[in-house]
Amino acid sequence: MKCPQLDRPTLLEARDLTRLYGPGKGCEGIDFALRSGEVLGIVGESGSGKSTLLRTLCGMEAPDAGRVVYHAHEGELDLYAIGEARRRALLRMEWGLVHQNPRDGLRLGVSAGANIGERLMALGERHYGQLRAAGQDWMGRVELDPGRIDDAPQHFSGGMQQRLQIARTLVTRPRLVFMDEPTGGLDVSVQARLLDMLRTLVRELGLSVVLVTHDLAVARLLADRLMVMRRGRVVEAGLTDQILDDPQHAYTQLLVSSVLTP
Amino acid sequence: MNGYNFAYLDEQTKRMIRRGLLKAVAIPGYQVPFGGREMPMPYGWGTGGMQLTASILGEEDVLKVIDQGADDTTNAVSIRAFFERVAGVETTTATADANVIQTRHRIPETPLAAGQILVFQVPIPEPLRFIEPSEEETRMMHALEEYGVMHVKLYEDIARHGHIATTYAYPVKVDGRYVTDPSPIPKFDNPKLHMSEALMLFGAGREKRLYAIPPHTRVESLDFEDHPFEIQEWDAPCALCGARDSFLDEVITDDRGGRMFVCSDTDYCQNRQEEVA
Repeated sequence: MKCPQLDRPTLLEARDLTRLYGPGKGCEGIDFALRSGEVLGIVGESGSGKSTLLRTLCGMEAPDAGRVVYHAHEGELDLYAIGEARRRALLRMEWGLVHQNPRDGLRLGVSAGANIGERLMALGERHYGQLRAAGQDWMGRVELDPGRIDDAPQHFSGGMQQRLQIARTLVTRPRLVFMDEPTGGLDVSVQARLLDMLRTLVRELGLSVVLVTHDLAVARLLADRLMVMRRGRVVEAGLTDQILDDPQHAYTQLLVSSVLTP
Repeated sequence: MNGYNFAYLDEQTKRMIRRGLLKAVAIPGYQVPFGGREMPMPYGWGTGGMQLTASILGEEDVLKVIDQGADDTTNAVSIRAFFERVAGVETTTATADANVIQTRHRIPETPLAAGQILVFQVPIPEPLRFIEPSEEETRMMHALEEYGVMHVKLYEDIARHGHIATTYAYPVKVDGRYVTDPSPIPKFDNPKLHMSEALMLFGAGREKRLYAIPPHTRVESLDFEDHPFEIQEWDAPCALCGARDSFLDEVITDDRGGRMFVCSDTDYCQNRQEEVA
């Protein structure tokens, strides 16, 4: 597997980030730096605080303490010190968010083409022909039939909806993408093809990704680096292969040994 | 009339609504909440417009009320009769003679002049509502000018019908800032909103919102570069007055497929017929 280039500039930093709903519920004292072009996996069991951390990182939930720092083109931005307007603009233009459930990320009532075009329209694209061309292009890229551009996603299968959500997020070429269990709820063969596609897109577009998953196989395939969370804290962090092949912390050892192999 | 304050509403309520109207005029297209009062008719019949009319009406004013362009339909007749009784103001059907025109679904064909006020009855004031059910979220979207979703609807129209099929309540951008629902007027009337001489006030009774388009304000209808905004056209002129520049209603004349197209603005049509005669 390709090693991440560690001399790349830092894109996103969490500094002593804490968001607790109660003692041990949420995430606590998280510190990390995500470099440009890197895929960071966050793994852990249900309730370990992975999703809370992701929500805090992507601007959806203000932390109790600590800071999220994004290195934008114009300089460092403290995510929760800048205004709501700037934060949402950031989420709209430079970031992308892929939800676990595609229904949360898609507009089910409007056609696939409109779903893909929405972010472009939000950025000011006002040419129908170009929007449509972009829609067809991206449907091809995520291995959907471009002939179904006018179908509503509610008539798509779960795997197709997830592909559409990915197309809709990546169409504006964000620098940073957050993914919350992108393959959750899909059967294994669909999962495998989706992962393959994701890996290609990530490499092709040079995306930086924060990936939350409970599935170590997904993490192994996509992530350059891993953080293992338990009860809201990071118990182990390092290169993916290093952590999965030679886990040091007792909990990581348990996690790795719990993976089912058919 | 005894037992009622002038124009039905009490003075405090009228002042409250007028304060709201001042704010609405100051921020064109922005929806101002107001404490809507119970009116002696059901929501959806024009309670919002009536409250606005009641608060701006003076004893010297001349009132005209239209419903789908017509002066003689139930809604128009009863609202006109209502203000005759509770305010004792003079009423008219002539567009040019009126100071205040309350309207549902149309802007009169006769160009409005400075000093006239057009009051719209609005069912759903929020143009973003069809795609975003949360009021909190739509307010945020207005505040941050996140209007991308408005074009999603137009995109969807073209994808399904080959052209923008929205024909009424066609969304506009007022003064380059707020996306606004011009109430369910046909898109034929949208160009009349732009740089109008008259003040236009919009009242939604159920939703308790009011907004305004002041005179000489830019109003653009949203569209795509390759699918520009267009208004409806008819093949034939009005069957009664021969007008080619007015909005036509289809009238079924018998049960064997007979039909005719006539002006929806009855005052305009009548004037033209008299001119010809």
